[in-house]
Amino acid sequence: MKLELKLAFRNLFGSRLRTLLNVLVLSFSFVIIILLNSIMDGWNQQAQKDSIEWEFGNGHLINEKFDPLDPYTILDGHDKMPEENIGLTPILERQASIYPQGRMMSVVLKGISSEQEILKLPTKILKESKEEFPVIIGKRLAESAKLNKGDRVQVRWRDSKGTYDANTLSITEVFDSNVPNIDNGKIWIDINKLWGMTNLENEASYFVVDDKFKNPELSSWNFKSQFALLKNLKDLINQKKTAQSIVYGLLLAIALLAIFDTQILSIFRRQKEIGTYIALGMTRLRVVRLFTIEGSVYSVLALIVGSIYGVPFFIYMSETGFPIPPADQKMGIALAEVIYPVYGLKLILMTVLTVIISATIVSYLPARKIAKLNPVLALKGKKQ
Amino acid sequence: MKKEPIIHVKNVSKSYPIAGKEFMALKQIDLSLNEGEFAGIVGPSGSGKTTLLNIIGSLDKPTQGDAFVLNKDIKALSHNEAASLRNYHIGFIFQVFNLLPVYTVFENVEFALLLQNNSAKERREAVMRALNWVGLTDHADKRPDKLSGGESQRVAIARAMVKAPKIVLADEPTANLDSENAHEILKTMKKLNQELGTTFLFSTHDEKVMGYLDRIIHLRDGKIEKDEKNKL
Repeated sequence: MKLELKLAFRNLFGSRLRTLLNVLVLSFSFVIIILLNSIMDGWNQQAQKDSIEWEFGNGHLINEKFDPLDPYTILDGHDKMPEENIGLTPILERQASIYPQGRMMSVVLKGISSEQEILKLPTKILKESKEEFPVIIGKRLAESAKLNKGDRVQVRWRDSKGTYDANTLSITEVFDSNVPNIDNGKIWIDINKLWGMTNLENEASYFVVDDKFKNPELSSWNFKSQFALLKNLKDLINQKKTAQSIVYGLLLAIALLAIFDTQILSIFRRQKEIGTYIALGMTRLRVVRLFTIEGSVYSVLALIVGSIYGVPFFIYMSETGFPIPPADQKMGIALAEVIYPVYGLKLILMTVLTVIISATIVSYLPARKIAKLNPVLALKGKKQ
Repeated sequence: MKKEPIIHVKNVSKSYPIAGKEFMALKQIDLSLNEGEFAGIVGPSGSGKTTLLNIIGSLDKPTQGDAFVLNKDIKALSHNEAASLRNYHIGFIFQVFNLLPVYTVFENVEFALLLQNNSAKERREAVMRALNWVGLTDHADKRPDKLSGGESQRVAIARAMVKAPKIVLADEPTANLDSENAHEILKTMKKLNQELGTTFLFSTHDEKVMGYLDRIIHLRDGKIEKDEKNKL
């Protein structure tokens, strides 16, 4: 094997241009596969971190009648807070309408303690504000409703008995979060204020739990762990990853096709050489191995070449990040304006192994033919 | 005590399918060569010279009969055993040189020794010795495409001789060389035969070669027509 490896390197360095082209194409695949995957991993990590920090906390304790994905459950999906409520930050949701520039817009009023620290929402402003009806909104709602910090807007809601009421709320802060779920159509208000507005004293639709929460069995409340809450996000990213793997699968296929082509051509073009190897005493198996290793060595050389230009590029990307166009940020999932790629050891090792193994396989397949070659005809260079 | 022949071909026939018909390239050949002989198989194109050489070189197998080389039955050898026989005991010299194009002269000559797992020092000494025999020590770092036909064939001789084989099979070694180079090559091989005692078996129809041979085996239509000591 050592000899074949030595000869393979000798042969590849000997046929300079052919080797260079194959290595460049394959190294490009290496770099792109790692980059695309690292961006997806970066997005995954950033989206999970943002979702935990802005929305999920350590998990949600959700009222059994409340379904966060079904707006029809908002009306009845709430209950009194349990007596033992250590580690629970209550959130009450109520439907409402606002009238920015005379237009009517359906929104959800989300009551949250202005003193909470589990979520990154800037709720302290609600407490500090001198306004009568201070609220905070996210940049997406601000953009869609054309509202700015300091603006006032009419809001209409119904109390627990169904009676309509209205007031003028003040936008005391427009926060910037990558999590659209807490932003689109959501107005955050001090929960004490919302309790007063709706006569739903001490009631909550769900709780954000922190690490002090012991998860007791509470009737009429269902616990969803952080892991369970992140599942949809992970599934979505994995789905995207699968779709993206088609792109780099194609890219890899092109590179492997180049190697496969080179191998096929080599076996036809280098018949005389193969015959000479056999005449000089190389066994057919060793010649097959030599050609297979030659193909695999392409991937090793591609790894080296890819590292030469790929590593500085990866470092540059990890510093500047990958900008996401504004249209993509409206997809409804946590997506930052800039995604910073994450280069995990697993990702790099998997990519290296995938490319080396697939290059070896596509090199071996045509090389098998050598075992069946007639050395006498091969020596004459006759095509077989 | 009578010496065992180094090559012993008994009643060997070889046929190939050509255009759906069996073509008899060799017909019941009997031939023995002793160690140290400088012999040639002579005959026109298609007479079966190369086929006989390929069978002796264990690159091919007879359809009928037996061929023994260094007491090994060619017909019974596995691929690996045949490869080992060629690697250690048989040197080949081809009409079109068959040098490995991406290797230097040194690496081409070194190749057979690499297969024998010799140490780097042993290889270097043996290669330089072989290049010295053929007068090409100054060309060790050149690639085959930078050599003339005569130089290429001398590299091929060095490659065949570097492992000190018992037998060298040379298939039309002068066919692609001019007269001057052909004589140089033949003189080199004759010298090696005399100095090292290596058995040389040529296939040729070149009269220049015949002048150097000690024994000429005339082949025609796959049959030995005449086997004689060279009187030239």
